[in-house]
Amino acid sequence: MDKSLEIIRRMKNRTLKNHLITYLIVIVFYVVIQVLINTGNLSSLLTGLLVPICVYVIAAISLNLVVGISGELSLGHAGFMCIGAYTSAFFSNAVGDGLPEIPRFILAILIGAVCAGLFGVLIGIPVLRLKGDYLAIVTLAFGEIIKNLVNVVYMGIDSNGLHISTTTAMDLHMEPGGKQIIKGALGISGTPRNSSFTAGIILILITLFIVQNLISSRSGRAIMACRDNRIAAESIGIPVTRFKLLAFAVSAAMAGVAGVLYSHNLATLNTKKFDYNTSILVLVFVVLGGIGNIRGSMIAAVILTALPEMLRFLSNYRMLIYAIVLIVMMLFNWAPAARTWRERMREKLPFKKKAAAGKEEA
Amino acid sequence: MSFLTYLKDGISLGSVYAIIALGYTMVYGIAKMLNFAHGDVIMVGAYTALMMITRAGLPALPAVLIAMATCTILGITIEMVAYRPLRKAGSPLAVLITAIGVSYLLQNIALLAFGADGKTFINVVSLPSLNLFDGQLVISGVTIVTVLANIVIMICLTLFVKKTKRGRAMQAVSEDRDAAQLMGVNVNGTISLTFAIGSALAAIAGVLLCSAYPVVTPYTGAMPGIKAFVAAVFGGIGSIPGAMIGGILLGVIEILGRAYISSQVADAIVFGVLIIVLLVRPTGLFGKNVQEKV
Amino acid sequence: MKKMTKALSVAAAMAMAASLMAPVSVFADDVFVIGAIGPITGAAGAYGTSVMNGAAIAVDEINEAGGINGYQVELLTADDTHDAELATHAYDDLKDQGMQLLLGTVTSAPCIAVEGLAVEDNMFLLTPSGTAVDCIFGENAFRVCFSDPAQGTASAQYIGEHGLASKIAIIYDSSDPYSAGITEYFMAEAENQGLEIVSAEAFSDNRTDFSAQLNAAKDAGAELVFLPIYYQEAALILQQASDMGFAPSFFGCDGMDGILGIENFDTSLAEGLMMLTPFTPNAEDEMTQNFVKTYEERFDGLVPIQFGADAYDGIYAMKAALEDAGATPDMSASEICDLMKVSMGNITITGLTGEISWDVATGEPNKEPKAVVIENGEYQPM
Repeated sequence: MDKSLEIIRRMKNRTLKNHLITYLIVIVFYVVIQVLINTGNLSSLLTGLLVPICVYVIAAISLNLVVGISGELSLGHAGFMCIGAYTSAFFSNAVGDGLPEIPRFILAILIGAVCAGLFGVLIGIPVLRLKGDYLAIVTLAFGEIIKNLVNVVYMGIDSNGLHISTTTAMDLHMEPGGKQIIKGALGISGTPRNSSFTAGIILILITLFIVQNLISSRSGRAIMACRDNRIAAESIGIPVTRFKLLAFAVSAAMAGVAGVLYSHNLATLNTKKFDYNTSILVLVFVVLGGIGNIRGSMIAAVILTALPEMLRFLSNYRMLIYAIVLIVMMLFNWAPAARTWRERMREKLPFKKKAAAGKEEA
Repeated sequence: MSFLTYLKDGISLGSVYAIIALGYTMVYGIAKMLNFAHGDVIMVGAYTALMMITRAGLPALPAVLIAMATCTILGITIEMVAYRPLRKAGSPLAVLITAIGVSYLLQNIALLAFGADGKTFINVVSLPSLNLFDGQLVISGVTIVTVLANIVIMICLTLFVKKTKRGRAMQAVSEDRDAAQLMGVNVNGTISLTFAIGSALAAIAGVLLCSAYPVVTPYTGAMPGIKAFVAAVFGGIGSIPGAMIGGILLGVIEILGRAYISSQVADAIVFGVLIIVLLVRPTGLFGKNVQEKV
Repeated sequence: MKKMTKALSVAAAMAMAASLMAPVSVFADDVFVIGAIGPITGAAGAYGTSVMNGAAIAVDEINEAGGINGYQVELLTADDTHDAELATHAYDDLKDQGMQLLLGTVTSAPCIAVEGLAVEDNMFLLTPSGTAVDCIFGENAFRVCFSDPAQGTASAQYIGEHGLASKIAIIYDSSDPYSAGITEYFMAEAENQGLEIVSAEAFSDNRTDFSAQLNAAKDAGAELVFLPIYYQEAALILQQASDMGFAPSFFGCDGMDGILGIENFDTSLAEGLMMLTPFTPNAEDEMTQNFVKTYEERFDGLVPIQFGADAYDGIYAMKAALEDAGATPDMSASEICDLMKVSMGNITITGLTGEISWDVATGEPNKEPKAVVIENGEYQPM
């Protein structure tokens, strides 16, 4: 008995250490970048990429919770980003200068997260009854529905309160002096650009904190038990649907936060960005970085966001090269043949074997 | 009368979805993978046929046959190079992402080869249109050919799967790949054959799609590909009649939704119906009842 | 998995290292550097390509004729794939390369995003074709084309004043700010003109099948269908209307220009199509003739669309304003921008899209809309 407790304790220590390493990587990354910015050594291109990188890192962590930890394939995460982006941008525009910048941005983040989380619950209840590819297609469908419906919303605010229409801006019947905020397909423009690299890093750390604690908590173990064997989990009394819903909602809320960061980084926002292509892009980060491997998906998000921009000098061949790199990386990382080949190569290099073995343990 | 017109348009659009969905559903049934690049094979088929007609000056039929041959070779190559190495990768997601990579690759090759400009497609169907009810209902030649092609393809595929040795091998691989292999079925060959058939169908779908809506761009295949995927799921993925009915229903719902509810949220309606169907029947309309899974 | 992470980290480190080099302009102080941003790939790739081509012709002409204020001009181009986020990256990248003036971006939503950055940097921005009102919200920004309100209002006025029709249907692209914007202002002005809008149908993701929208227009008895959309979709609409035996008049905006240039398009379908466009490739004047000739020779027989013409005029407008201000390439982008804010109001250029002057308060151009009709496969002035 004592021995097994000892093992559990050691395991806990190891996860804790692993988690700390992840935080440390993020913080070191932040410090290095800050130093580079302050010494004027970072190009504008890379500086401009910092906030988008944070957006995609958060999105990747959030999707990894569903795909990796909960074991459900979701192709609709862009829909939750869309909800977070629109609700928060609406809020920031509606309040305007009524609140100082920092509290307004914090409130916007909370609103985006809560709204996206609510949608996560609403969508999760029906969706999580399905399995496998059927679940994937339904999440894709929900993502497209959200995008499609948001695209026809007109919303404005004046002294009489909120006006909503789904036809044209004229049907809002706004009082003179009222503010039209959501303009159908034109989306929202003029959102204050509150997102910064620092805010992005803080949000990444918070997201990491939530996810890593969730994973190593009782709930997290229950969620993973459902993933590994649903029937066994059910038979020992784990309420499978409830735990899956928990993971889904938390993930949706975090995707919403990514959306908030996105919408407060650009002067314009429309639904085009939130189609299934963005959902798939985030899924690529997760799969390439390792399903269930939070740190890996973060790194993949950083690289794959920066890569196409770094390839700009290739002009028209840029996306072609990107596609080839993607296929080759997938084959290299996942194909059993490539794996055995890598094993063999590693055995030939004895000094590396030790390092790799050490890493495997971590 | 306008209702009949809408219905006809819906069936016509749905038939194209159905042909694509047939390819999708066969590949899924056998390889158990969502082939996101399927839509882009359609685009390659359409470009090939167009180039054969305009640049090489071939008549329509040989052009279509060459397009089918090109897509067949393309389909087999993609399967061998990009998908086969990952078949035992442990996660179905790995091959899904590779398929997305292939989709990007095809789109960007087409972009470099043909430019981003849309090319107007030459109608390959020389059939006159049919006038019914004093010209109030016009059925174009393309529509007739599309619907007929759809029915012929479905019947041929069903016969092939049920009656031939190769077809039964497909069924066996789809049921249980390992057991089929133990029984002496050539699994790799069977999967290649499935990709060949699916891609040839994609070429036909590409030509018909672009004949009905005469423009082809590097991104022509993407949305129909997704819609056909939805159609295949709708009908119960893996089921041949399911794919056909799913495709036609999807087309009809899309057109009627656009006509009578709102043209802006037509896609939301399509996806909404899909969700409701899946919630009532979690494996699609024909997913459970139909035995022969290809 | 772990190893993969390691491989990824190494790749990341390399990518970072490669890009960390501090921004150094590769251009000497005696060259004006103009950046152009637009979609070169992606579904909107045709527009950006046209802009880059038109701008390249103008820049080469200017360099051959001795440059601006005696200095040569360098044109840098970057792709934004019609995505707002990528457009901001393209902007940053060009800035790193030493861009001093920006021609772009080509499409509206990315332009608004880039303008958000350009305002902060005080970078001069001249969009050839970004029509949304918000594209030029700052004092640093101007445009060559008409804005959405201007086009929508002008179209309705033209139809009303010339008594072209009274029952009007609209088919527009609700996912495109350009199209939705024009529609909004068209509908508002139609009311003033006593025009009856019998149906207004949108499309968004599905850009191939327009039968439902056309049937709605037909059933409502529309005499004229207003198409504030781009020519690719318009070509399909004309085809499908003809297939279903529906023959109203069609009226388009500047996005319609290019319809005769679509490869294999049956131009007889476009017979009688009217449009408001500032540029027509077969206009008689010498300037247009030369431009079209050069364009066709240089770009494999491609016929320029109005985007190329707008870009060409944009470059010449920059030249005129830079000369008015007496600017030199050793000035910073911000200094040049401050001069341009004033000088843009002083110049009047005669370009491919007409005689243009600018209102410095709004950044909008003053020019006459031209209406043309397609007869015998050619544009004819109306």
